[in-house]
Amino acid sequence: MRIVFKTSYDADIRLFKHKAQAFWYLLLFALAILLPFLISDFLIGEATLVLIWAICGMGLMVLVGQTGQASLGHAAFMAVGAYSNVLYQEHFSMPFLLSFPLAGLTAGVAGALIAMPITKLHGIYLAIATLAISVLAEDLIVIMEPLTGGVSGLFAPDIEIFGFVFNRYGNPVELYWLVLFITFLIVYLYRNMLRSPIGRSFAAVRDSEVSAKAMGINVARTKMVAFAISCFITGLGGALMGHFATIFTNETFNLIMSITLLLIIVVGGLGTIHGAFFGAIVFVMLPLVISLTRDALTVFADSGSVTIPGLESGLFGIILIGFILFEPMGIYGRWLKIRTYFELFPFYRKDMFRRQKSYLKTERTR
Amino acid sequence: MDILQLIVSGLANGCVYGLIALGFVLIYKATEAVNFAQGDFMMLGAFITLGFTNADHMGLPFWLSVILAIGIMGILGYLLDMIVLRRMFGQSQVAVVILTIALGFVIRFIAGLIWGHEPQSLESPLSGLELRFGGLVLGMDEVWVIIVTLALTALLYVFFARTKLGIGMQASSQNQLAAYYMGIPVKRIHSMIWALSGVVAAIAGILFASKGSIDPTAGLLGIKAFAAAVIGGFGSLPGALLGGIIVGLVEPFAARYMPAGYSQIFPYLILVVMLVVRPHGILSQIQTKKV
Repeated sequence: MRIVFKTSYDADIRLFKHKAQAFWYLLLFALAILLPFLISDFLIGEATLVLIWAICGMGLMVLVGQTGQASLGHAAFMAVGAYSNVLYQEHFSMPFLLSFPLAGLTAGVAGALIAMPITKLHGIYLAIATLAISVLAEDLIVIMEPLTGGVSGLFAPDIEIFGFVFNRYGNPVELYWLVLFITFLIVYLYRNMLRSPIGRSFAAVRDSEVSAKAMGINVARTKMVAFAISCFITGLGGALMGHFATIFTNETFNLIMSITLLLIIVVGGLGTIHGAFFGAIVFVMLPLVISLTRDALTVFADSGSVTIPGLESGLFGIILIGFILFEPMGIYGRWLKIRTYFELFPFYRKDMFRRQKSYLKTERTR
Repeated sequence: MDILQLIVSGLANGCVYGLIALGFVLIYKATEAVNFAQGDFMMLGAFITLGFTNADHMGLPFWLSVILAIGIMGILGYLLDMIVLRRMFGQSQVAVVILTIALGFVIRFIAGLIWGHEPQSLESPLSGLELRFGGLVLGMDEVWVIIVTLALTALLYVFFARTKLGIGMQASSQNQLAAYYMGIPVKRIHSMIWALSGVVAAIAGILFASKGSIDPTAGLLGIKAFAAAVIGGFGSLPGALLGGIIVGLVEPFAARYMPAGYSQIFPYLILVVMLVVRPHGILSQIQTKKV
C-alpha cells in the first residue's frame, strides 16, 4: 500500500496520484494501440464497438454518475448526434473533421434546451420526463421524414479525413485507431472536467442539493451544464455509432437503447470513467459469449443449433439484478475491493465497504 | 354517433391504462418506489390466465383460471418483494427504478420462453358479445373493463383512506423509521403491497387480453400508463384512473383528426407539457413543507 503525502493543493487534483499509476495507465494505452496486432479483424470491429459504447456511456456518466440526475432518454441525444452529423455532411458538404464536433455541439445545445424546463424535476419525475423525450424523439424522426428519411433511415457515408477513407469493412484497424484517438480525447476532457470547479460542483449537487446551494452553487445552472456536457459527449458517440452502423433509422435509437445505456453504466460502476468501459465490454461481449457457448454446446450435444430469442436481454437483465443486489458499485467497485484486499493483506475485513443502513423519507412533502 | 363510439372505446382503453397506472400508484403510495415492470406484470398475468384457460394449453374453465392467475400473481408479487426488493430496503429510488427495469427484461424473456413470441388471444366469455343501444354498438368486453376498473379504484381508495392497514401503508412510505417506531411492520407491509399490485396487474392483464391479442412486448404499454399516472398525479388513486382515461380518450381522437404519425405522440406530449407546467399532476399529492 502506497501512501501519498499531499504537500500542496495541486497534489489533490493531479491527473495521476503517483508515478506508478501513470505507468500502468500508459501501459494500458500502449496495449490499446497495439491491440490490432494481437487479435483478429473481427474482434477489432467488436473492440471499436466497445469504445463507441464507452463514449456514449461516459456521456451518460457525466449526468448520472457525476451529477446524480437519472436519464432514461439518452438515445435521443445519440440520435441527434448521428442524424446531424450525416446531415451536415450531406447538405452542407462539410468534412468529417467539422461535422463531427458540430454534431456533438448540436446534441449539447439540444440537451441544454431540454434541460431548462426539466431540471427543476427530481428523481423519479426526471426519469419519467427523459423517458418521454426518448419516446418522442423516436416518433419525431418519423415525422420529420424529408430531413431524416423516416422509417427508411439514413445512410452514413464513410469517414473521410484529408482524402483518407475509413471504412468498417475496408480498413477496420484504421477505424479502430481513429475511434481510439477520439476516446482518448474524451477521457482526457472528462478527467480534466472533474478536476475543474464545474466538476466539483457536479459532485456537490449529486451529494446534496441543499448543501450545494448553501456553498453558493447555482444548482439549476449546474444541472443544465451537466446536461449540455453529457449530451455533447453522447452526441459524439451517437455520430460514431451512425458511421459504424452505416445505416440507421428511427428504430436504431429507441427506448431500449436508452435503457441499455443506463444499464451499461450501472453494471460498470456509477461515478467512474472505468465503469463506462467495463459496462461497454460486458454489453458487447455478452452476445459473443452466448454464441460461443452455443457452438460449444452443439458440439457436445449434437442437437443442432438452438436459438432462444430474447436471450441476450434476458441474461443482461439477470446480470444487472445481480449487480444491483450484491455489488451496487458495479464491476469497478468489485475491482476496488479485490485491490484493497491485496494491498492490505492480511488485514482486509469483510465490512470495510459495508453500506450504511438508511431509511427512506417521502419526497411528497418538501 | 361516431364520436360517441370513439368515446366508449377510448374510455375502455383508458381504463386499462388506468389499471396499470393503479399498480404504479399503489406501490408508490406504500413504498415510495416506482415499479417500471408493472406493464410486464400485466403481460405476465394475462399469459398465466391464457396458459390455464386456452384450449391449446390446459383448457381449464375461464373463471377458475382467472382466480388461479390472480392468486399466482399475488404470491409472485409477495415473493418478489421478499426475495429481491427487500435487499434494496432504504436505498434510493433510482436504484429501485433500474432494478425494476431489469426485472421487466427478465419477465419479458421468461414469458417469451414459455408462451412464445407470437401474438395470442385469450379465449374469454367476455369477448365477442355486443350490446346495442340504438345505433351505438358496445362490446361486452369494453363494458366489463369500465365497470371492473371503476369498482376496483373505488375499493382501493376506500382501503387506503379508511382501513388500518391502508393507513399503515401510507405511513410507511412517508417516513420508514417513524413508521417502525409506531409499530408498523414496514417490511411485511411492503411485501403485501407488492402482492396487491400483482393482483391488480393480473386483473388488468385479463381485461386487456380479452379486448385483443397479447404478446411478450405488451408490457411496453406500461409507458403509456406512466404518462397516465403522471398526468393524474403520482400517488393518487383516482388520479391514476383520471389520467388513464385522459390518455385513452386523447388517442382515438388524435388518430382520427390528426395526420398519420402525429397521433401516437400525443400522450407523451401531454406528459411533457404536464411535467413542465404542473409537475405533480392534476390531483397533486405534494404539499410544500412549512417551516
